[in-house]
Amino acid sequence: MPVVDLLALVLMLTGAAFFFAGTVGLLRFPDVYCRLHALTKVDNLGLGFVLAGLALRSGLLTVALKLLLIWLLVLLASTTACHLSARAARHLGVEPWRRA
Amino acid sequence: MTLTLWYALTGVALLVVGVYGLVSRVHVLRQIMAVNIVGAGVFLVLVAGAHRRPSGAIDPVPHAMVLTGIVVAVSATAVALAFARRLRADADERTDGAAREDEARAG
Amino acid sequence: MTAILWAFDVVLAVTLVALAAGVLATASLFRSIVLFIVFGLTMSIAWARLDAVDLGLVEAAVGAGLTGALLLNTLGHMRSQAEFTPEPSHGPGGRLALALAAGTAGLAIGAAVWAWPDAFAGLGDRVDTHLAESGAQNPVTAVLLNFRAYDTLLEIGVLVVAVVAVWALSPMRGRVLDADPPGLVLAGFVHLLVPVVVLVAGYLLWMGTDAPGGAFQAGAVLAAAGVLLLITGRVAPPQLQAIVERGAVVLGLVAFLAVGVAVMAGGHAFLELPDAWATTLILLLESLLTISIAIVLVILFAGGRTDAAHPPEDAAP
Repeated sequence: MPVVDLLALVLMLTGAAFFFAGTVGLLRFPDVYCRLHALTKVDNLGLGFVLAGLALRSGLLTVALKLLLIWLLVLLASTTACHLSARAARHLGVEPWRRA
Repeated sequence: MTLTLWYALTGVALLVVGVYGLVSRVHVLRQIMAVNIVGAGVFLVLVAGAHRRPSGAIDPVPHAMVLTGIVVAVSATAVALAFARRLRADADERTDGAAREDEARAG
Repeated sequence: MTAILWAFDVVLAVTLVALAAGVLATASLFRSIVLFIVFGLTMSIAWARLDAVDLGLVEAAVGAGLTGALLLNTLGHMRSQAEFTPEPSHGPGGRLALALAAGTAGLAIGAAVWAWPDAFAGLGDRVDTHLAESGAQNPVTAVLLNFRAYDTLLEIGVLVVAVVAVWALSPMRGRVLDADPPGLVLAGFVHLLVPVVVLVAGYLLWMGTDAPGGAFQAGAVLAAAGVLLLITGRVAPPQLQAIVERGAVVLGLVAFLAVGVAVMAGGHAFLELPDAWATTLILLLESLLTISIAIVLVILFAGGRTDAAHPPEDAAP
């Protein structure tokens, strides 16, 4: 396997690991604020790794730049969605979780 | 089992779930979503069937039909939802009217 | 490799069916709708897996995005009703009978699908033969705008009829969001996003003749931007009294009919695009269709008419 493909594979597997961690967080964390934290931070990092791997595999600058653009747009959208969800939760009076 | 068969059968499964939901659910929003799920199942069957050319390319005619279908489905959904809102508004008006009459009679 | 792909197909199919069941079985309507949106996004992955990238794009924007927004908007209007509705109203015997009936129908259709021949060219070979004279390199666009332009003409007609129906059915509630004004983050996001969306729509439209994309994808993406502008209060809901909006709604239909009739002057049949002009005409039609599709979808989202007899709700105290 060429070195580039191997590197791409490692990057994508790293991304998958982050996605897995984010999903575990979504399922296991105690309240909406913690879950948002897991989803928006960890998953976006995972997506970055996956897209970096895909860009390496494609070997084309135009494709790499499009993937970068997609990543930036997703970052922007998920940040906004996270903010709106947290805001709605606070508006509804959801108290942040505290260790008992 | 081929890719076509697998996804076509998935489409049939969606169709069954959607039809069951359509006849067994009561709330109009859920029924509208059920119709959309039935549609998705039918679309999946059509597009899976377009994946059988010996050359490996796709048959674009079902793809174009389904593309048209998705857009028609969203406009039909919008009309259905407008009906739902109208029914709701009329029902609210009737309830309010009845409540006012009750008050008038009591007063 | 094949084993991994099969595992992927199995997971995807199971997810789709489970999501569909979840949509219909979940007690909370809000959760139902969220699951429905996830279902639409998962469908677009299935389209990509079946080499139907055109459909994946439309499904993500329309099937998941706009339909989801429409459903959530209607749920918002219906809030006076309890969100948790008693479901189902049938007894266990009735449910079993319904499930058996649906299952039998499914078995019959499944058996028909099972009997399909493994190889079937359909109309694909004929499309390939005539693709060079269609004026488009993307076979799906060639079918939509040339070979079966009738379908697309009727489809844009359906969109116009849907606008008329929604218009006739209900006065519009002035605003589509609750009393909470959009925050700075959302406003900033929309500010950044809308120009990008316009660019993406233009790209999809321009690329659509040669690659996946076209009027429907571009129109749906533009409509999504319109919905964002609407719910953040950046633009007022479209007023159908205005000649501009009315014109935009029928623009695609009128242009389609005009082109269809105009080619008859050259001795062609209705909607039969002359080969030399096909690319230009397709691009012209697609550009005008994009505008109509976008405005129609935004109006369908905004829903209903605003008139003096029914002032928008936000004018009320």
